[in-house]
Amino acid sequence: MPIEVDGKTLETDEEGYLVNLSDWVPGVAEVMAKEDDLELTQDHWDIINFLREYYEEYQIAPAVRVLTKAVGKRLGKEKGNSKYLYGLFPYGPGKQACRYAGLPKPTGCV
Amino acid sequence: MSDTKNFMFLNRRAPYGTIYAWESLEVVLIAAAFEQNVSLMFVDDGVYELTKGQDTAGIGMKNFSPTYRTLGDYEVRHMYVDKASLEARGLTADDLVEVEWEDWETEESVDNIVEVVDSDRVAELLEESDVVFSF
Repeated sequence: MPIEVDGKTLETDEEGYLVNLSDWVPGVAEVMAKEDDLELTQDHWDIINFLREYYEEYQIAPAVRVLTKAVGKRLGKEKGNSKYLYGLFPYGPGKQACRYAGLPKPTGCV
Repeated sequence: MSDTKNFMFLNRRAPYGTIYAWESLEVVLIAAAFEQNVSLMFVDDGVYELTKGQDTAGIGMKNFSPTYRTLGDYEVRHMYVDKASLEARGLTADDLVEVEWEDWETEESVDNIVEVVDSDRVAELLEESDVVFSF
């Protein structure tokens, strides 16, 4: 199902992940969040930006456990837990945040 | 935890050309979620998996070599490389990526968990493992 972002049509797979990682622009996250009735705050963007940096460096989407630990380290201990992350991304920080960030689904995530 | 086992992933093939190296890496990433003691061993052409500066543009495949550097975050504690296999290919430890490990609670850290070992030690390590996955 393709999505419309900034007047461009971008291809997504059957689960809604971008097919071409290079298509990503911040508008992708905005459009996807709107479809989920979610308003993106700075807290959401901190996670999305972290995921993009992680992917850039290691070429994979991190497992939720790795994401949780890394967030705790980078953004403060009070944020490094799944309760906080699920609060931001109710469909699961791995799946939903990675989708917004234009990344593939994390390895091992079903 | 008493039911923790020593898992050894034995990597023997060059990173591209077959799917083995990537498959092994994916299983390692998944295995980390099960809280086992995970180690990796690189022998024969498998040592090429850890070489720095890989460029796959010419073969149109994804370069997954940067992914090895995050394995410390996946609680892999040891990555062993067979010395004889390195030498036979004109490589040294300097040609290999470095992988950092850190315990996020205690902040105990190891700068590089990649270790070059001799053949006797390779045999010993395989012997000590409860489960060996060969790729």
